Amino acid sequence: MATEFEIKPYPELWAGLDMDVPRFDKARLMLGEAYAKTYLSQKNRPVGMAYFDTMIAEIHGGRIQELLAAKAEGRPVIGTFCVYIPEEIVLAAGGICVGLCGGSQGSVPDAEKILPRNICPMVKSAFGFKAGRICPYFQAVDFVYGETTCDAKKKTWEILDTMVPTYVMEIPQLKRQRDLDLWLAEVKDFKTKVEEVAGRTITETDLAAAVKIMNNKRKALQRLNSLRHHNPTPISGKDGLLIEQIAFYDEPMRFTKKVNALCDELEERIKAGVAVPTKNAIRVMVAGTPMALPNWKIHNLVEGAGAVIVNEESCIGTRYFKDLIDESAATMDTMLAALTDRYKEIDCSCFTPNDERITQVIKEFRDSHAQGIINYSLQFCHTYNIEEIRIRQACEREKIPYLFIESDYSAEDVGQLQTRIEAFLEQIGG
Amino acid sequence: MYIGVDLGSRTVKMAVWDGERLVEHRIEPSGFEPHRQAEKMIADYRAKVVVATGYGRHLAAEHFADAVITEIKAHARGISHEFPGCATIVDVGGQDSKVISLDAAGRVSNFQMNDKCAAGTGRFLEIMAASLAYTLEEFGRAALTADQEVQINSMCTVFAESEVISMKNRGIAREEIARAVHSSVADRLAGMLARIGHGDPVAFSGGVARNPCMVELLEKRLGARVLVPELPDITGALGAALHGTGM
Repeated sequence: MATEFEIKPYPELWAGLDMDVPRFDKARLMLGEAYAKTYLSQKNRPVGMAYFDTMIAEIHGGRIQELLAAKAEGRPVIGTFCVYIPEEIVLAAGGICVGLCGGSQGSVPDAEKILPRNICPMVKSAFGFKAGRICPYFQAVDFVYGETTCDAKKKTWEILDTMVPTYVMEIPQLKRQRDLDLWLAEVKDFKTKVEEVAGRTITETDLAAAVKIMNNKRKALQRLNSLRHHNPTPISGKDGLLIEQIAFYDEPMRFTKKVNALCDELEERIKAGVAVPTKNAIRVMVAGTPMALPNWKIHNLVEGAGAVIVNEESCIGTRYFKDLIDESAATMDTMLAALTDRYKEIDCSCFTPNDERITQVIKEFRDSHAQGIINYSLQFCHTYNIEEIRIRQACEREKIPYLFIESDYSAEDVGQLQTRIEAFLEQIGG
Repeated sequence: MYIGVDLGSRTVKMAVWDGERLVEHRIEPSGFEPHRQAEKMIADYRAKVVVATGYGRHLAAEHFADAVITEIKAHARGISHEFPGCATIVDVGGQDSKVISLDAAGRVSNFQMNDKCAAGTGRFLEIMAASLAYTLEEFGRAALTADQEVQINSMCTVFAESEVISMKNRGIAREEIARAVHSSVADRLAGMLARIGHGDPVAFSGGVARNPCMVELLEKRLGARVLVPELPDITGALGAALHGTGM
């Protein structure tokens, strides 16, 4: 099975997008190999994962064709890097919102030809994908909508803008009323920009429909997450993370349907007593910075050591889907207010103070019936790295086994991480 | 016989436990195939259980070992045997340094490990010793004799070596530079101990614990005596052998 898997090549499509085709084709083979090794080697996977395998096989082709078809109809395709950018507005204008690539070591050297080396690997990887012309999503988007959640991103947008039109949404760093007023004004600017590209005005009906679509998508992800919390868990953490990653580029309605179908299967598995990987596997929760596709490093190490990850408290994880938008608003102003109310609940470490996140981490630990927390921070992510202190203190207070890992996308620290993770599991297992 | 093998980045250590006492131990260079080295070392003994630890533990399990434990658990087990009631372990090995907190029963309750570079490890000391034309044995003794101390600022092995070279060329005494290298490692270890909020007593394991200057500097920073086992190199191997008795 593992040998049959292939990420489908679309050389003509890529050439049409002005990509570095020979190089990208090599990257495709490497990703296919890594995927087969990491994912298809897992035992006892739910049948419903087949759809997500296909989404990976078609990541550089089938989905790109859908984006280009939308563009041909005049619908906007917008690339983003953060869960603060309201997808509902893009959907309401008939457009497509995709989270752009940023999880691979492969594109980091391209970025380091231009950007400083000592900044966040996610920012470097994303920038490198554009600089090296090795991401079809980046090549396909009308524009990028960035934000100000960290200094590395904020300043990189200026450089990125020379390669692809890049707009920036100011995300406040405090949550006082005047900050929320600013945030609402920024959302309105975003709506204007999207309307301009779409060539149409977003109506209340459009926005209401989009809010419903996104709420349904978030509810499906919530449902999946709560099924993972069952002890024993019916699905691996790697598969859980994969679905959360695919959420950022798949068509939302189809995705919702497939996640719900998988959840139906997981409910059956729970009834039948299916356990992944085994009944006694140690349950671990991961908290921290996002793990962008194809960053499976921590999950691979933890599950390779026989434990299972049951929750991701992360932007690619619960931070993306834990909150819903109130659907009862009827006028554009109240709808936008309801939308910003939901988005302000996102507890990113760029906010100060950020007590909500500390509480949320402990809550998710309890809800997921985990036995320990691995707090993962990307290298040079100052806000998550410093917030680590408060998470650690909370874990000490609550007597929760805790391990902090700071890492990037390279393989050089895998040996040491393996020792630390195994020792952490020994500590939990006694 | 219960055998513990610690397949480290620099050396392979073996400890043979007969159920009551340590009857044999050996230390050999890891070489290119540490698991073959380990296999040769245990060949002379009829083992009931072989437990592997260290970087090569999984490779050893593929070839001959019955079980694996991490070096963190192995050191905890080894030190708790040598010094019952010990609360904290500082272990400085060839490739990494660790600080381990133990609970009252000698189980690991928390640990810290250095990041991916060589800073604060045995390898760092080795490279600096070579740069000053000392053998490892001379290095620690020489550092003890320095009557003044200079400061090395870089913890990065590559940059610290440049710093050492520039000190040499400024005419600073060799012993003083040696002392500075030791101090920088001791500062790093003290930082890890502070971070974990260590309890007393503190034991020092791993090959670097044989270095008298490191022990002295660590004691100075902690303001307390540090327990050093008679054979600090084989603490991990001994811990692995003892783990085998419970299997």
